[in-house]
Formats: sequence, C-alpha cells, structure tokens
Amino acid sequence: MAYSDKVLDHYTNPRNVGSFDKASPEVGTGLVGAPECGDVMKLQIKVNPQTQIIEDAKFKTFGCGSAIASSSLATEWVKGKTVDEALGIKNTDIVKELALPPVKIHCSVLAEDAIRAAIGDWKKKNGATSPAPAAAEAKA
Amino acid sequence: MSTDASKHNGNPPAGVTLPIYMDNHATTPVDPRVLEEMLPYFKGTFGNAASRNHEFGWRAEEGVELARERVAKLIGATAKEIIFTSGATESDNLAIKGVAEMYREKGNHIITCVTEHKAVLDTCKRLEKYGYRVTYLPVQKDGLIAPEDLKRAMDDKTILVTIMFANNEIGVLQPVEEIGKLCHEKGVLFHSDATQAIGKVPVNVTKQNIDIMSISAHKMYGPKGVGALYVRRKNPRVQLAAIIDGGGHERGMRSGTLNVPGIVGLGKACDIAMNEMPQESCRLAGLRNRLRDKILAGLDDAYINGSKEHRLPGNLNMSFLYVEGESLLMGINDIAVSSGSACTSATLEPSYVLKALGLGDDLAHSSIRFGLGRFNTEAEVDYVAERIITTVKKLRELSPLYEMAKEGIDLSKVQWQVETH
Repeated sequence: MAYSDKVLDHYTNPRNVGSFDKASPEVGTGLVGAPECGDVMKLQIKVNPQTQIIEDAKFKTFGCGSAIASSSLATEWVKGKTVDEALGIKNTDIVKELALPPVKIHCSVLAEDAIRAAIGDWKKKNGATSPAPAAAEAKA
Repeated sequence: MSTDASKHNGNPPAGVTLPIYMDNHATTPVDPRVLEEMLPYFKGTFGNAASRNHEFGWRAEEGVELARERVAKLIGATAKEIIFTSGATESDNLAIKGVAEMYREKGNHIITCVTEHKAVLDTCKRLEKYGYRVTYLPVQKDGLIAPEDLKRAMDDKTILVTIMFANNEIGVLQPVEEIGKLCHEKGVLFHSDATQAIGKVPVNVTKQNIDIMSISAHKMYGPKGVGALYVRRKNPRVQLAAIIDGGGHERGMRSGTLNVPGIVGLGKACDIAMNEMPQESCRLAGLRNRLRDKILAGLDDAYINGSKEHRLPGNLNMSFLYVEGESLLMGINDIAVSSGSACTSATLEPSYVLKALGLGDDLAHSSIRFGLGRFNTEAEVDYVAERIITTVKKLRELSPLYEMAKEGIDLSKVQWQVETH
C-alpha cells in the first residue's frame, strides 16, 4: 500500500503536536477511539470566549500514518474557524484532501469525531449546549 | 515502492544499502547459486520430466530426481517419500485433506493449534463443514502448546494431529519430537508445517517422529511457486487421497506437470542449507541477539513476544508500548519488516497469533516482526536498531497514551469513547 504524499508529509512533519492545559476554561478536549481498535486521538482546541473562534489547536494520536495525518490536518483546519464552523468539517473532506484509500476511511471518521468531541467539551465547560451527537448515517 | 532517496530518513552508514530487507519470514531472496542451478532448465534442458521417451524428458527428470534426493537428505527421509507441490499452502491442503479423506472410516477428529498458519486453519475450517471435528489447542504465554493438552484432546476418532514446527510470526519452535512420540503411541498421524523451520534448525523426520511434513522453497532462498510434501512410507506407511486429479504424477498423490526449474531450485536451496545451516544459524542468532539487545538498551516498555528460548535464530517479534505498528513501519520506510497491527492487515484484525499469547490489543497493535536472513549484515542490524529507537521515541512524543501513562493514569481503567460506525 503506497501512502499519498500528503499523508507522508503530515506524518513526517506533523502540525500542532502537543497539549494544552485540560483544566483551562478556554480549552476543549476530545479523546476518541480505543487502544483495542488501534486508534486513539486526542484533539484539543483553544477558543476565544468572545468571538468563539478557535485560535489554536493541538493533537496527539496513537494510530497508523493515516490516523496521524487525519488528526494533524484536523488541527490545521479548525484553526481560524468558529466552533460552529468547525462542526461543518466532514470526514469526506479529510479523505479527499489526504487521498485516503477505502481501508483508511475510518481514520478520517475518528478525526471528525475528535473535532466534535473537543467542541462538545468546550461548549459544556462554557455553558453552551453540546453539538448534536455524530449522526449514525453512513460516513464513507 | 518508491526508491526516491529523499524519502529515506537519514543517511545510511557505510556498508548499508537502502532499502534494507529484514522480512525473511514473508519471503527470501533467491540465492544466486540457486538461480544459477535453475537457469539451464529454462533454456536447453526445458523438457517435461514425464516425457519418458526422449532425452529432453530424461534430462529434466534427472534434475528433478537430484532435487528430490537433496530435499530428502536435508530432512532425514528417502527420496521416494518426497513429492513436489506448488508450495507449502498446497502441501498443507494435501496433507490435511488427503488424510481426512483416506482415513475417514477410522475417524473424523483432527487436532491442530490456534497459532497455525491460515493454510492449515482454513483447511481445517473447510473440513468442519464436511462433518469433521476439529480441536484447536490453545498455546501458553510463550506460544508453545502443552503436550498434556494434546494428550487430553486425543480420542479414538482422532486421525491427525497437525502442529507447525516453527511459527511464522513469533518464531517459536513447538516440541515436535514430543508431539510426534505421543502421536505414535496413540496410532495417530502427525503432520507438521515446517515451512519456517527447514534450513534454519535441524529437522529429522525419524528422530522427530513426523509422518507428513510441508516444505516451501521461497522461505529458504529458493523460488516462489514450488514446495514439497514429505509422506512417510514406513512405520507407518501414510496414504493420502489426492486433491488434484489428472495424470497421476508423484505416485498418484499430485497430478500435474512438474515445475522442473522450480524443483531444481528447491533442491539446490536444500543442498546449500545442508552444508551451511550450522554456521548460518549461529551467525543469525548472533545478529538477532545484537538487534534485540540494542533495542532493549535504547527503549523502555519494549517487550519480546514468544518464547525467548525455543525460537528460530533469525526471528525477533517485539511490541513497543504506546506506539502503533503501522505508524512505526512508516517511520522506518527504508527498512522492510512487518507488523501484527490491525492497520497492516487487510481485515483490520490484529494478529491472531499475538492474541493467542494473551497479548492485549494495545501490544498486538504495537508489534513488529524482524526476520533476519542470509543476506543481512551487522551494519544493517546496527542501523535498524538505531532507526527503531529514534522512531519509537518520536512516535511516543505524538502518543496520547504515552502522555497519559506518564501522568500516572492506568490505561486499563480508562473509559474509552468509542463511537459505533
């Protein structure tokens, strides 16, 4: 299986690796996946309370190259968007951008879940309602 | 696969050419001497070995019979007990289905083991559909079966025990001599898939009480597409029903025109192994131990899977906690090894062999299999060790699990949020 250049790029030069302080009110943390599945993503956002714009994002991932690339890309994409705009990021966009093969689509789904989980966490901490849970519709 | 140098991380030291091949359990390069031996049979000596009436046939037959002798010699058998097939998968099918059909009146119970190669497991599954009963023995933490379990599983309907000599993933060597002895005592036939063992450790069908044995050329520096099956003729005489019909070649057990060049190659590979195995195995064990020791010295939380003692000389299977296998392979993309991670399998299931050892999913996903072989060098081992250490460390920096573990969180107690997709 050959990796796409973009996946290789994100793997070799991952963007925004690291962590924020989970306890900070500006920070939303999403932790999705499970070691048994071979994929765990932690995605964190730092949100400006007035503008609701995601000013910074960080990630850490246990998973294959495609999973690392998907979450790295996710942190790039959420930056500069409002939390509600970020909810519009679809896994299919990630698949297209990284040219993920069918067997790796689930990595992009997990990245989308991670974004939602992080936003949900931030909204809960800041009194706003959580986003609608990820629909059970087919994502692929 | 790209050989673009810019994709290779770091500059290789002297004596190391990239990419490095360290996946000799998957396949091996053809030894130049084997290729040399085969070439004439693609050229002037192209006859069909079954053409009885002219020189083209006779010369091809000569090449085949010499190969047959060479295979037999390596395993302590006689030439008449060797039949040629397309590989170990076919040999496994022939052995198991052949016995099942032939001994149906005597019984319908087969015993095997959970860590067998799919060629054995899938064949057994098919036989279950035809009404055979199959017992899949568990293995202990070190990957070995307990002979007491085997003894208990045998009954008066047992017609075959099939246990591999050496495991392809974790390299462990089953106690075949003891298994064979037990089978003989009970009058049950013993088949062993010896694909990974031949040419690497001493194999003797008499001493080790083996009745039927599968052999593959491409795992021992021979060509792909050819293998053999040892079928005992004395004490007891084993009979097999053929699974391929048409012409009655190989004493009626395997019809089809012989792959003469391939067979000649297999013979030569066995001949080389006969002469070089003791020194080569010693050298490989030394290289393997060097690789293991360097990695363990450079990393915490790295574990060896499978028995440390009863193991193929060139095999090392390790898990690196908090790091997923495929991402590790990607980081060492100038080194060819393989992983037990689900991400590297077509079915997204982690290695069933590692699971059978009782390994948690996290360790199964984090495993790497190194298969050292004839053409690996010390310089390569040093380079690989260094690259593994660097890459694991880098990936641990990226790993939320490593972070959580460092914070003192017990990962086994975490409630993971897993969406159902």
